[in-house]
Amino acid sequence: MRTLTLPELSLVVLIGASGSGKSTFARKHFKPTEVLSSDFCRGLVADNENDQTVTHEAFEVLHFIAAKRLTGARLTVVDATNVQPEARQPLVELAREYHVLPVAIVFNLPEKLCQERNRQRADRDFGPHVIRQQTQSLKRSLRGLEREGFRHVFILSSPEEIESVTIERQPLWNNLKHEHGPFDIIGDVHGCFDELTTLLAHLSYRVSWREDGGYQVIHPEGRRAIFLGDLVDRGPNIPGVLKLVMSMVAEGRALCVPGNHDLKLMRKLRGKEVRVAHGLAESLAQLEPEPPQFKKRVIDFFDGLVSHYVLDDGKLVVAHAGMKAEMQGRGSGRVRDFALYGETTGETDEFGLPVRYNWAAEYRGQAMVVYGHTPVPEPEWLNHTINIDTGCVFGGKLTALRYPEQELISVPAAHTYCEPARPFLKLEDQAPALTVQQQQDDLLDIAEVLGKRIIPTRLHHNVTIREENATAALEVMSRFAANPKWLIYLPPTMSPPETTQQVGLLEHPAEAFAYYRHEGVSHVVCEEKHMGSRAIVIVCRDEEVARQRFGVMNEGFGICYTRTGRRFFTAAALEAEFLERVRSAVDRSGLWDDLKTDWLCLDCELMPWSAKAQELVRQQYAAVGSAAQAAFAETIVALQHATARHAAAQVLLERYRARAELTERYVAAYQRYCWPVQSLADFKLAPFHLLATEGAVHVDKDHIWHMSTLARLCVDPLLLATPYQVIDLTDLGSQAQGIQWWTDLTVRGGEGMVVKPLPFVVKGRKGLVQPAVKCRGREYLRIIYGPEYTAPENLNRLRERRVAGKRSLALREFALGLEALERFVRHEPLYRVHECVFGVLALESEPVDPRL
Amino acid sequence: MLLTITSTTPPATDLGYLLHKNPARVQSFELNFGKAHVFYTEATSERCTAALLLDVDPVHLVRGQRGGMDQYVNDRPYVASSFMSVALAQVFGSALAGQSQERPELVQLALPYQAKLAVVPCRGGEPILQRLFEPLGYTVTAQAYPLDETHPEWGMSDYFTVTLSATTRLSELLTHLYVLIPVLDTEKHYWVGDDEVAKLLRHGEGWLASHPERELIARRYLKRRHLVRAALAQLVEEDDPDPDASEEAHAQEEAEIEQRLSLHEQRLGTVLAVLKNSGARRVLDLGCGEGRLLQLLLAERAFMEIVGMDVSHRALEMASERLHLEHLPALQRDRLQLLHGALTYRDRRLAGYDAAAVVEVIEHLDAARLRAFERVLFEFARPGLVVITTPNAEYNVKFGSLPAGHLRHKDHRFEWTRAEFQTWATGRAGQFGYTVRFLPVGPEDPVVGAPTQMGVFTR
Repeated sequence: MRTLTLPELSLVVLIGASGSGKSTFARKHFKPTEVLSSDFCRGLVADNENDQTVTHEAFEVLHFIAAKRLTGARLTVVDATNVQPEARQPLVELAREYHVLPVAIVFNLPEKLCQERNRQRADRDFGPHVIRQQTQSLKRSLRGLEREGFRHVFILSSPEEIESVTIERQPLWNNLKHEHGPFDIIGDVHGCFDELTTLLAHLSYRVSWREDGGYQVIHPEGRRAIFLGDLVDRGPNIPGVLKLVMSMVAEGRALCVPGNHDLKLMRKLRGKEVRVAHGLAESLAQLEPEPPQFKKRVIDFFDGLVSHYVLDDGKLVVAHAGMKAEMQGRGSGRVRDFALYGETTGETDEFGLPVRYNWAAEYRGQAMVVYGHTPVPEPEWLNHTINIDTGCVFGGKLTALRYPEQELISVPAAHTYCEPARPFLKLEDQAPALTVQQQQDDLLDIAEVLGKRIIPTRLHHNVTIREENATAALEVMSRFAANPKWLIYLPPTMSPPETTQQVGLLEHPAEAFAYYRHEGVSHVVCEEKHMGSRAIVIVCRDEEVARQRFGVMNEGFGICYTRTGRRFFTAAALEAEFLERVRSAVDRSGLWDDLKTDWLCLDCELMPWSAKAQELVRQQYAAVGSAAQAAFAETIVALQHATARHAAAQVLLERYRARAELTERYVAAYQRYCWPVQSLADFKLAPFHLLATEGAVHVDKDHIWHMSTLARLCVDPLLLATPYQVIDLTDLGSQAQGIQWWTDLTVRGGEGMVVKPLPFVVKGRKGLVQPAVKCRGREYLRIIYGPEYTAPENLNRLRERRVAGKRSLALREFALGLEALERFVRHEPLYRVHECVFGVLALESEPVDPRL
Repeated sequence: MLLTITSTTPPATDLGYLLHKNPARVQSFELNFGKAHVFYTEATSERCTAALLLDVDPVHLVRGQRGGMDQYVNDRPYVASSFMSVALAQVFGSALAGQSQERPELVQLALPYQAKLAVVPCRGGEPILQRLFEPLGYTVTAQAYPLDETHPEWGMSDYFTVTLSATTRLSELLTHLYVLIPVLDTEKHYWVGDDEVAKLLRHGEGWLASHPERELIARRYLKRRHLVRAALAQLVEEDDPDPDASEEAHAQEEAEIEQRLSLHEQRLGTVLAVLKNSGARRVLDLGCGEGRLLQLLLAERAFMEIVGMDVSHRALEMASERLHLEHLPALQRDRLQLLHGALTYRDRRLAGYDAAAVVEVIEHLDAARLRAFERVLFEFARPGLVVITTPNAEYNVKFGSLPAGHLRHKDHRFEWTRAEFQTWATGRAGQFGYTVRFLPVGPEDPVVGAPTQMGVFTR
C-alpha cells in the first residue's frame, strides 16, 4: 500500500500520458468538484471533449476556475496530461499566486499499456505517435519536477501501485484552529529578559530555574504564551530569553513564531554570510560563552518555527510582521516573507529606513491579527489588527495582549538598551488627537458601499442591497448627510396593520393586535404616535467624549439628524442650544451614572412637523387645500343657482357640499401639525427608544424600560414623555381598552399610535416579528390618502393594499440598523458600521407604496 | 374644476344651441378620468350661463398611473387642468369645431362672452395670465388665494379664479381655453393619450403662430411630466420635495445671476487652457455634471483618457446624452468613461491620472466634509495637476440681482473670499506636497477681483 500525504490546501497536478488512468484515479480519490479536467473544459467550450482545436481556450477556462477555487482555499486537482514543462509552469505559478503548495502525482506507466487502453476507447482516435510523444515527454520531465517548483512529487510506476494508493490530507503546520487558548500574546522581546520575567509574573506565570539551564513555567489557569518573534538582538540578556522561551515552547507552555532578527541570527550561526548590523553583534557576543550544543539547539529551534499561526477556529492569527487576509493559513515563500518582514512601499524615509506599507489599513479580514515588528508608542487597534511591539529594547515597554479578553498589559523598559534609528516615541505629539483607527475612519472607501452588497446581520441573516439602491443612497449620503462618524444608526420604516373592514376606516388597532397575537406575542405596548419628523439624537457629556468615542472633532458634543442622515437643524446655533438642553436633561436625570456611559443615542420624533416639512406643507398640503376650498366655493355658488332652476341639480349640490366638507377636514388635519417656530421654545422632542450607550445596545430591555427610563429625561419642557398603554392580547377587555385609547387619541386629532411587542426584539413563527406597527387615525390619513379618501367609493378601492413588501423592508432595515449599533458599541471600524447605515438608506430607496 | 361661460347677447339662451346643451337640463358625461356635468346657473334672454363641472376620480388618478407612486394629496381634482381641455373637447366638441345645426349663422358671429375658471394653477400669477390672454383680445381679471388663511406667513397660493371677457366667436374662445389651460399649468400633465399633444397643436392653428408668447406656450405645453426616478424619490426629504426640479431651478438661478458674463464658458475655457498647457494626457473631471467640460476635452486629441465623475446619476445620464456616448465611434468612445461616485469617499478608480479638474464643486460640500474631500483628491487620487475653481464671494456685490449676503446657488454651502480660498489652498498644497498658483476667471474688478477664482496645484 502506498500512502500519499497531501497538504490539505494544495494544487494537485496529475501528470501522465493519455490512457495512464488519471481520470479514474481522480474519481476514486477526490470529490468530483475538486477535479478540473481539460477534457471537460474542452466540452464546455466546444461541445466535444476530444476537440483538440480548442485546447488553448479549454485551458483558459480551467485556469480561471482553478484560480477561483484557490481564492476560496479549496484543494484543486488538475486532470490533464501535463507532460510538458510549459503546460505545468502556469499551474505552478497559479499555486504561487494563491500561496498554496503545488503537488505533482506522476503516472509513469509503460507506453504499451497506455496504447492498449486507448485502443479500447472509441472516442480516442488519435494515432499511436501521440502516446509515444507524451510518454517520452514525461520521462524527460521526471527529474526536474522539484526544480520546476513542485513541493511534493509522487511517482507511481505500475498499475498495481496506482491501485494501492491511499491519500491522506494533512493540515498545514500553521493550522492550529483547534487551539482555543486562552493566550497571552507577547510582543518583540529583543533580549529584554528582566522585563519579560516581570511581564510573565504580571500575567501570573510562575517561572523557576531548572538544573539543566532551562526554565519551568507554569500558569495556574493553564494559559499559554505566544511569542511574536524577534526574541534576539540588541538587548541585554539574549541567551536568557532564548532559554526561557525555548523551554516554554518545548513544554507546551508557549507557541512562538519567528521574527526577521531570529532567522538572521540562525543563518549567521549556521555560518552563512550575514552582515552584522541592527543588534546582531549583541546576540553573537552574548552567545559566545555558551556551549556549541546550545547554539545547535537555537538553530534547530528557529528552524522549526512556523511563519504564522491560525488559531481558535480561525478567529485569531499571529505573525511577527502581520498577515494579510488572503495569505492567512496558506504556505508559500511569499507568505513566509510577509510574516517576517511585512511589505514595504519601495521608498525610504528621512532616516534611510524602508517605508512600511500599512497593510493593516487595508485589512478587511474576519480574523483578529496580532503582530509586532515595528515599534509603536502605544498598541492601537486598526481594522481588527493590533501591533503590540512597544519597543521595549528602545526604552519603551514590553506588552502582552490577553486573548480572548483583549486586555493589554505592559511592563516599562528598565533602560533604553538601544537607540532606535527612527525615533518612535514622538515626544512632541505623544498623545495624538485621534487614534489610528479614527484617523483611518476619516475616509471611507467607495468600493465598500457601491454595487450589490450582502451584509450579514445577527438578527436577520444576510441582507442584500441592490446596486441601483446603493446608487441612490450614495447620492443622498454624499450630498446631504452629516459626518459618517456620527451616523451610527438610521431608523427602519414602519408598516401599518392589515387593512380593516370597519366602516369609514382603513386602519384599526384590532388588526395590529391580531397580528402580534398570531405571532405568539402576549403583551404589546401602545405608544402615542407623534406627528413630527423622525430624529436621531446623539449627545455626549462633552466635546472630549465626542472626540474619544466618535472620533469627531470641532463638531460639537452631539448631533440631531433625520431619517436620511441629514442634520436636522441648518442653523448651528439652534442645534447647539437644542443639544445643550438635551444634555442638561441627561445631567439632571442621573442617567450618565446609572447607565455607566458618557454618551447616548436616542430615537425620537421632533415636532412640529412643519419645522422640517415647511416646504412640503406649503407646496403640497396647503396648496391642495387652498385650491380645493376656492374651487368648491365657486362651484357651490354655481350649483345653488342651478338648483333654483332644476331640482336635478340638488343631487350635485349635496355631493359637492359633502366633498367640500371633507376638504375642510383635511385642512384641519394638516393644520394640527403645523405651528410656527421662532425659537427653541417652539420645538418638542419626544424620545421613544434609548438605543445605545457605552457598551450596550438596549434591545435586551423591553419597551416599558425604554419609556420609563426616557421619562426621566422629560423634566425639561423641550422633552415630551410619550403616553403609552400596555395591552394584554389574551384579554379582550384589555384589548378593548387599547382600542378605546386609540379612538380617543385620534378623535382629538392625534396621528394615532404605534403598537410594539413588549420585548424590543421578538422571534415568531416565521422568524423576526415586526418591531412596530402603526395604527393611524381616520383624520390623519386624509393627508396620506387624500382629502376625500373616506368617501365610500374611494375607501373600498383603497382597501386593496398589501403590506407584505413594506413589512419585509421594515425587518431588513430594523436588522441593519441594530447591526450598525452593535458594531459601533463593539468598537468596530467605521466601515463596518457605515455599511449597515448606508444599507438602511439604500433599502429606503426601494420602491414601496409610500402611503403605507 | 369649474368652467362657466356667459353670454349677454339676447336671446342669450341661444348659447344652448351653440353648445348643443339644453339649458333646461342637467347632463352628466362619463369620461375616462371621472365625470363631467353640464348645467345652467341662469338662462334668461338677457343673460345665460353654462357651467362645465368636473368630477375627477382621485383614486383612479393615482391607481391608474403606472407604479402608483403618486401622492393622493394632489390638486388635480380641484383645478382646471388638461382634464378640463379633454372635457371641453368631449362635451363641447361641436362648439369647439364651430358647428351648430340649429343656429349655424351664430357660429360665425363674434359676440361678447365671459368665461370663468375656478381654479387654475398658474405659477407666475397674473402677469402670465395677461401675457397669454391679452394678445388674443381678452380682458383678464384674476382672484388670488392665500395658501392657508391661518398661516398668512406662508404667502399666496398659485391658484386663481380667472375671468376672461372678450367679443369673439364661441369656437375661438373654447379653442383658446382648450390650448391655454394646460399651458398655465406648468406642473404635471396627465395626458389621457399621446395623441393629445397632436390634437392640442392642431387647435393652435391660425392664432398660435402670431401669438407673441408662442415660444412660452409651446415650451410649457410640450413639457412632459418628469419621470422622477422612483428610487431617489423615496429618499426625498420633506424640506425639498423635488430635488431634481429644485436643482434645475437653482442652477438656472445661478446661471441667470452670472449670465451677463457667460461666466461658465469662460471658466471652462480657462480650465481647458490650463489642462492643455500642462501636457496632461489622462484627465479627470470630478463633478462633471452634464458634461460641458467633457465635451471640450473630448474635442482635444491630446487627452487620451478622459474620466467624468459625478454624484448625480441623473447628471451622468444627461452627460451621456449630451455627448452622444451611445453613438460615438469606438475609438472616441474608448477615450471617455463616466463614473458614478462621490468625492467624500476614497476611490481607487481615480488613482494614477495626470490631471484633475474640480470645477465649481467644493462649495457644494459641507465645510465639515471638506477634509475627506482633500484626502480623496490630494492624498489618494493624487493627480499631477489639480485645477479647482470656486466662486469669489467678494464679487457677489457686483451681481445686481443677488440680494446682499445671499449665495449664488441654494445648494452652495459656502462661498469664499479670495483670502479664504488662498489660505485653504496654500495650506492643502503644503500638507500634500503640491505648489499652488492662483488665476482669476472672468472680468477682474480692481476692488473685489474676478467672479470666479481658480487654484492650480502642481506636484
